[in-house]
Amino acid sequence: MKRYSVFAIAREAARYHMGWERAWASPEPRASYDAIIVGAGGHGLATAYYLGKNHGITNVAVVEKGWLGGGNTGRNTTIIRSNYLQDPSAAIYEKARSLYETLSQELNYNVMFSPRGLLMLGQTHHEVRGYLRTVHANALQGVQTEWISPQRVKELVPIINIDGPRYPVLGALYQARGGTARHDAVAWGYARACSAMGMHIIQNCEVQGVRSENGTVTGIDTSRGFIGCRKLGMVVAGHSGQLAEMAGFRLPIEAVALQALVSEPIKPCMDVVVMANTVHGYMSQSDKGEMVIGGGTDGFNNYTQRGSFHHIEETLRALVETFPMISRLKMLRQWGGIVDMTGDRSPLISKTPLANCFINCGWGTGGFKAIPGSGWAMAELMAKGEPGPLAEDFSMWRFKEGRFIDESVAAGVAH
Amino acid sequence: MLILTCPCCGVMADETELSPGYEAHLKRFGPGSTPEEFEAYMFARKNPKGVHFERWRHTYGCGKWFLAARCTATLEVFGTYPAQVSEPPADIIARIQARRPDWKADWQPDGKAPK
Repeated sequence: MKRYSVFAIAREAARYHMGWERAWASPEPRASYDAIIVGAGGHGLATAYYLGKNHGITNVAVVEKGWLGGGNTGRNTTIIRSNYLQDPSAAIYEKARSLYETLSQELNYNVMFSPRGLLMLGQTHHEVRGYLRTVHANALQGVQTEWISPQRVKELVPIINIDGPRYPVLGALYQARGGTARHDAVAWGYARACSAMGMHIIQNCEVQGVRSENGTVTGIDTSRGFIGCRKLGMVVAGHSGQLAEMAGFRLPIEAVALQALVSEPIKPCMDVVVMANTVHGYMSQSDKGEMVIGGGTDGFNNYTQRGSFHHIEETLRALVETFPMISRLKMLRQWGGIVDMTGDRSPLISKTPLANCFINCGWGTGGFKAIPGSGWAMAELMAKGEPGPLAEDFSMWRFKEGRFIDESVAAGVAH
Repeated sequence: MLILTCPCCGVMADETELSPGYEAHLKRFGPGSTPEEFEAYMFARKNPKGVHFERWRHTYGCGKWFLAARCTATLEVFGTYPAQVSEPPADIIARIQARRPDWKADWQPDGKAPK
């Protein structure tokens, strides 16, 4: 791997940019690997990367049915925050956020992490109490957040209307070190680093079956033939249920569509991320100037990667009250992603009923922000066969044991 | 927009008029069952990519619960039927089989998942 640097740019500029090499190789699959990761999205690639970097396991393949980063990694609203209420959530999301801070340097790939600050608006008294509780919890967890006044919100977000008739802004949960990153670059950066470690990234290779002997995984049948493995990691988000079915178990997960949309590009007008959970909308401005807007999930099982149109209307209607200036904006694109929702809205990073088969899924509507921490924890689980401190609470058996990590009631998330 | 015909009142209802209730035909396990049975009933879900049977409520209409057969991969609706049954009725099954010749019913009379 040739390092990217200012000297590399100068060198290539002098020879018409003919010397750039491909960021990652596309090798033919070997007969078997020490570990196979299914799913070359952010979480899968991060898992592979930390398997190599933290645990020295580099005989690894990452198989992907489509193209790299083409699922939810390329379909989210790129928000990064860690202001969760429950301790296990705060720990793993804060780990992820702190890894994002130095990810560009570590991967030698600009993921454009922008810690621009993130506001979660309190628009009902109930919500205010919930967020005050979160602020106190975060203080104990070592996550830096604060409660700020409506006036401070107005200073940070001049385009906001804090005196809305239905939902006035009563304050906000502010995480100054939250922000956004370039979603594709996160996948590309990890892929490049994995490829440089000798790992195989095999795209257009769909898993069609999981083989096992005596309750231990032995490999996967794919559209490019059988590939053996000693350890298997399933990191496929929306399609986790299908893969689990192949491996012979069921998950506490329903797949539903979550939508996002962007407006036409406009001049810089908002340099923080604003989430308005009461009215189900969140918005930030991309570097291109588009307003990036996310809303609520549909409430029924869906694999079509497009959501219900009325949700767009609801999201925009809510945001127009809080941001009157966007009422004249034209929306350019809308898309959906299939998110894997667990009952408690917290992920699974877990062993499975099949030995040496591990699963990382259930990130639901909040996966992008977790990518580095999720990969870190999943790699530890796969390398050691037992979960480390970040993953131990996210076992799939927590439902049987009643140990929910209840972020859906904690209202740390918008859904 | 998903449109389902409520079998209770006969209205063709937009999804904005309905509330989704997720997987249908769950067999309930309560006191006296094993933790595994209770967990499977309470949390484990089929979540299929393809033919799915769901509970819906005609919230902003007659208010009744009903069941729907739908394809989660294409959003095709095969039909709706009243909720007071433990299995989909024969006409719904026939309609699904006509549209999805490869589809096999994935339940057993005892409510357990097939091996």
